[in-house]
Amino acid sequence: MRLAFTLGLALSLAALSATLVSLVWTPYDVTTLSIANKLQPPSPDHWLGTDHFGRDIASMLMAGARTSIAVALVAVGIGMGLGVPLGLLAAANRGSMTDEVVMRSNDLIFAFPSLVIAILITAVFGPSAVNAIIAIGIFNIPVFARFTRGGALSLWTLDYIRAAEVAGKGRVRISAEHILPNIANLLIVQGTIQFSLGILAEAGLSYVGLGAQPPTPSWGRMLAEAQTMATIAPHVAIFPGLAIVLTVLGLNLLGDGLRDRLDPRLRHAP
Amino acid sequence: MTRYLLRRLISLAVSLLVASLVIFAVIEVVPGDPASYMLGLNASEDTVAALRDRLGLNEPVGLRYLHWVAGMAQGDFGQSYTYKVPVADLVADRLVVSLPLALYALALAVLVAFPAGLLAASRRGRAADTAVMGATQVGIALPNFWFAMLLVLTFALHWQIFPAGGFPGWTDPWTGLRALTLPAVALALPQAAILARVLRSALIETLGQDYIRTARAKGLTRGQTMLRHALRNAMIPVLTILGMQFSFLLAGAIIIENVFYLPGLGRLIFQAITQRDLIVVESVVMILVFAVILVTFLVDLAYAAIDPRLRKRE
Repeated sequence: MRLAFTLGLALSLAALSATLVSLVWTPYDVTTLSIANKLQPPSPDHWLGTDHFGRDIASMLMAGARTSIAVALVAVGIGMGLGVPLGLLAAANRGSMTDEVVMRSNDLIFAFPSLVIAILITAVFGPSAVNAIIAIGIFNIPVFARFTRGGALSLWTLDYIRAAEVAGKGRVRISAEHILPNIANLLIVQGTIQFSLGILAEAGLSYVGLGAQPPTPSWGRMLAEAQTMATIAPHVAIFPGLAIVLTVLGLNLLGDGLRDRLDPRLRHAP
Repeated sequence: MTRYLLRRLISLAVSLLVASLVIFAVIEVVPGDPASYMLGLNASEDTVAALRDRLGLNEPVGLRYLHWVAGMAQGDFGQSYTYKVPVADLVADRLVVSLPLALYALALAVLVAFPAGLLAASRRGRAADTAVMGATQVGIALPNFWFAMLLVLTFALHWQIFPAGGFPGWTDPWTGLRALTLPAVALALPQAAILARVLRSALIETLGQDYIRTARAKGLTRGQTMLRHALRNAMIPVLTILGMQFSFLLAGAIIIENVFYLPGLGRLIFQAITQRDLIVVESVVMILVFAVILVTFLVDLAYAAIDPRLRKRE
């Protein structure tokens, strides 16, 4: 298991550093086209070859990582920012009307897959990376709300929370000072998982044209463009996919490893 | 049981009501004037006015909503602006592709996930378990549309066992099924991976229970205990995931149809978006959401069928 965690950490760090480096440097400029160099196989000059416009694929992947990570990160931020307070609120008022309303609204949002939200937004506002963020972000809200409520409910029955209540602390203060810090670990783990799901969702949305638009580089769109050329130049289709798989795999392994480390009940389990 | 059913039915109705309100608001209220949005910037005022009239946009919003819902209840989803045919017909044509595709994928996912999950749980901590768990990690990380492209490269273009895309229709069920095989495999793999993981952990959880030890003590073999007692009790979390996966399956099918140029609901909705045919978008989204809500409802009922305690508690 330690091996899996190390692998996950390494892959995640690799994706993150590629993103950060791409902000200041990529091997080639991703906006200049060079048709003379189009669809070249991997070579010492272009490690991962070039695409149909002669752009360096390695550079495109680095710049594409930026889009994927930014979209997924903000989407997790939206999900956590709205979902966690809602979950805390529902748990603090468990069994009440508020709880019922929050949970039923969650069920309702659950009935809208992020792709369907994206379709709705795009039909009215047109496609963009921002719409992808909103669609994935909305989808994340009930995930975090449900998760937070579940974690918080079990804490509310514990003695030290009762003690805080007796001491005169209000529900909001207890939620902020005692409940939230105790479920923070769980939230970090869930955040990693939603982050990797967000990268997959962003790739899917850009692939069908509902996400980032040209000229913003994006892994999903690279794959969409590669589809017609896959027979003559398979590398154009293979590398962006590998980038997605390795990043998502890395984040998932990292999340699993973090869960094992952060949850003391699991630490001693066989 | 009756109260349980009644409560579920009420919550089903409320969900549908609110979902339809949300969809109606986004599509018909947010853009301001749907008619001029659909026709674009260059439309003359007369054309816009004519479309407004035809879509009934001059009626008050509340009345329009009621008409829309009442129409859907009778199977009337309005008229597509670009195709000039009832949306219900369009959807029916596309459903004969999308629905079999989703069911085919679901069947494949279950067929792969159950043996894999059972194997991993019964060989917990050993090589077989590690291999299955490693494979599922990769399966979860695979974007299904990329996996689909790899399948096409290998099995359609290199070996030419399956067609690379398109759909010949169901006149010959065999060729129809063949055309849906690669898309179904691509859809099924990530689902199978998730399902196998959930099944494994649910089985491991139940295998630690006292009644399992009792079953072994009274002389049942490991295999018998696994199938008769552990698997049955592990079905609740598995069902939950199966129900939740349905919405991913639908969304996945929409994306996968694009890889294989299948004339399903997914292609319909993307064409409708590019052509700004809001009527089609609105109705198809409502149908998709309805499907997800209905499946959630059915899963709730299935819980009660599997777990008698749920029926009694209410």
